[in-house]
Amino acid sequence: MPKIGVFVCHCGSNIAGTVDVEKVAAAARTIPGVVVACDYRYMCSEAGQETITKAIREYGLDGVVVCSCSPRMHEATFRRAAEREGLNPYMVEIANIREQCSWIHKNREEATEKAIVLMRAAVAKVKRDTPLTAGRSGVTRRALVIGGGIAGLSTALDVANAGYEVDIVEKEPTIGGKMAQLDKTFPTLDCSACILTPKMVEAAQNENINLYTYSEVEKVSGYVGNFTVTIRKKARFVREDRCTGCGACMEKCPSRKAKNEFNCGLNTRSAIYIPFAQAIPNVAVIDAQHCLKLQTGKCGVCEKVCAAGAIDYTQQDELIQREYGAIVAATGFQPIRPYQFGEYGYGRYPDVITSLELERLMNAAGPTDGELRCPSDGRKPKNIVFIQCVGSRGQTCRDKSYCSKICCMYTAKHAMLIRDHWPDMDVHVFYIDVRTPGKNFDEFYRRAAEEYQVDYRKGQVGKIYEEDGHLMVQGSDLLEDRQVLMPADLVVLAVAVEPSPDARKLATMLTASMDNNDFFTEAHPKLRPVESPTAGIFLSGMCQGPKDIPETVSQAGAAAAKVIGLLSKKELTANPCTAHPEEVRCNGCGECEKVCPYGAISYEEKELRVMGRREKRRVAVVNTALCQGCGACTVACPSGVMDLQGFSNRQILAEVDAICR
Amino acid sequence: MPVKESFTPKIVAFCCNWCSYAGADLAGSSRLSYPADVKIIRVPCSCRVNPMFLLRAFQKGADGVILCGCHPGDCHYSTGNYYARRRMTLLFSMLSYLGIEKERTRVEWVSAAEGARFASVMNDFVGTVQKLGPCRRLEDVRCKE
Repeated sequence: MPKIGVFVCHCGSNIAGTVDVEKVAAAARTIPGVVVACDYRYMCSEAGQETITKAIREYGLDGVVVCSCSPRMHEATFRRAAEREGLNPYMVEIANIREQCSWIHKNREEATEKAIVLMRAAVAKVKRDTPLTAGRSGVTRRALVIGGGIAGLSTALDVANAGYEVDIVEKEPTIGGKMAQLDKTFPTLDCSACILTPKMVEAAQNENINLYTYSEVEKVSGYVGNFTVTIRKKARFVREDRCTGCGACMEKCPSRKAKNEFNCGLNTRSAIYIPFAQAIPNVAVIDAQHCLKLQTGKCGVCEKVCAAGAIDYTQQDELIQREYGAIVAATGFQPIRPYQFGEYGYGRYPDVITSLELERLMNAAGPTDGELRCPSDGRKPKNIVFIQCVGSRGQTCRDKSYCSKICCMYTAKHAMLIRDHWPDMDVHVFYIDVRTPGKNFDEFYRRAAEEYQVDYRKGQVGKIYEEDGHLMVQGSDLLEDRQVLMPADLVVLAVAVEPSPDARKLATMLTASMDNNDFFTEAHPKLRPVESPTAGIFLSGMCQGPKDIPETVSQAGAAAAKVIGLLSKKELTANPCTAHPEEVRCNGCGECEKVCPYGAISYEEKELRVMGRREKRRVAVVNTALCQGCGACTVACPSGVMDLQGFSNRQILAEVDAICR
Repeated sequence: MPVKESFTPKIVAFCCNWCSYAGADLAGSSRLSYPADVKIIRVPCSCRVNPMFLLRAFQKGADGVILCGCHPGDCHYSTGNYYARRRMTLLFSMLSYLGIEKERTRVEWVSAAEGARFASVMNDFVGTVQKLGPCRRLEDVRCKE
């Protein structure tokens, strides 16, 4: 019979306060096979671990049960301790008597009784434990960054500068992301393009970085250290190796009705276009939907004017398959389109715009060359009203429940810039709260309100309507406790941000989890904020939650550090709790293969000795490097041949028996 | 057999490691109480739970068995909970055929962030089983004196 040691932790008073730990240890001593059982104030402390290792040495233990906190907390600690003493780390089991016992029960007797049952189940399991050895696998020393905005670029540059290869996949024809559309950045008011474009150039010129623009991730397989990713490089109909970015095609293109996405649809562009002047790569792309040649077959002007001979109407999407060790999600965000807020009339009144549209209207490279004009008739606005929290912090289904975090600051920026450039314009801001935590943020907001005399009004806007060709804004002023009605030439909605709509699809491919708002979830909200719970997947920027540029860049750097840490490893130890078929009884039916989400099961013709006879038979074979140990196959197997190491049928049934005894 | 005055049911809860077990831990660290009758068995995924495990629990005297996994679409192994759901649907209809009230078995989705939900699910389930009284149908008669 295996010799088992049981170690009961007091966890200070966390466990001992509710559970009679001595009684648990005493109960353990009565179980056949338990040769030593003791309790200690802090088992995870050095002295506590020493108690365990000493017992392993003295009693020659075959298995260890630690009754303590959740295995998610200290299982690894105790396994390492056992390993130091030469005991296989997988011969250690944890009975969770803190989170699942002492912390939730008040009655000492009841809690002690439950702790004893949990201990008994763990002992029953450990008796059936088998020594397991973790498989080792190599690491592909290349990272994939999905998203080429400031988050993705920062991560990619940090990883590349550490000496590893990085591929960036960007779905748009250029890298740069949302930051490229911004005019100025808070709280320093430096020009967004001036700080972003050098980063873009740096990324393009870095020999360790490879850009896949106008591309999307199509398929992801594999596991940490060894991902295989299929990338769809969409047809540009322009050869990247030939196009010089001269722009002659854009000038001559007769189809000019497509909405210019870069300017938020405030003006139009040609069907063949370069998104913006500093785009990288500086290569044109044909928008197939608006191209006359591709739609009707009649045109071909761009091909004629292209001196470089770069136009290729026959170009097809290209599928590229590459191997990666780590994947970073940096899919970013988009501002919501506030059509659902009928009271503001967005979409109905052209002079009701979103903040991102305002950025373009104020940008020197924007549709108005930086002159702030009303989109309806091009007149200079006199009265500008900002409305905060449009779609954020709401309780109804049309709102996001979270605070979008950046809106208070960018509105202060807009208000300040408008008052600075055009002192004759009046700026009013309707807000619920002004939230400005951050370095130099509150000072910035106060400057807007005090120095630039922006009229901040605490209250919400109920209605915007048109009267005699003028927009009227009706809202409440909570501090003066009255309704206000003011005319407005331009209304700017500080809309909520939401994750990129493609993020959900990507999360499914990466088997990375998401929260209710479709932001990626972290492995731990405080201690592992840049890792996804799925090993080898990291998070950078807004795809994890709303953040401003400095925060995005910090998080991008943190994600890069994690990626570098992973890629610098010579090999990875895999999870040894993998599925394992008993070949002699396997009849090769194929049920297990069908349910395996990782394609880890295949079939091989094997010569087996069955009942003394040699026999050739098709049996299931598990690739332990691919198996993640979910156990789906163990239940699918009709003959019960497939079992999961570390969570075997015998072990779980023994636990059931111990609990139901 | 007469019902004991204060009936304390035996409840086995299979919890997947990634969502529900973590949810149970969160319930613990948030000090949200639920009856001590619930004993949790950790499994890597809800799809690891063989219907045989539930049958064994009832055979050995469990009064209720609950299986908790990640919400549909959130499975750490992407599809495990869907398999679990289908398998349990079949098992549950067989159990009611055998005369085990369907209220004694349940599949619930609890995420790692839903400590409060874990506690309320357990409170509700234990309450339901308590009302039903002891489950005796599947006990192995050979084990009786």
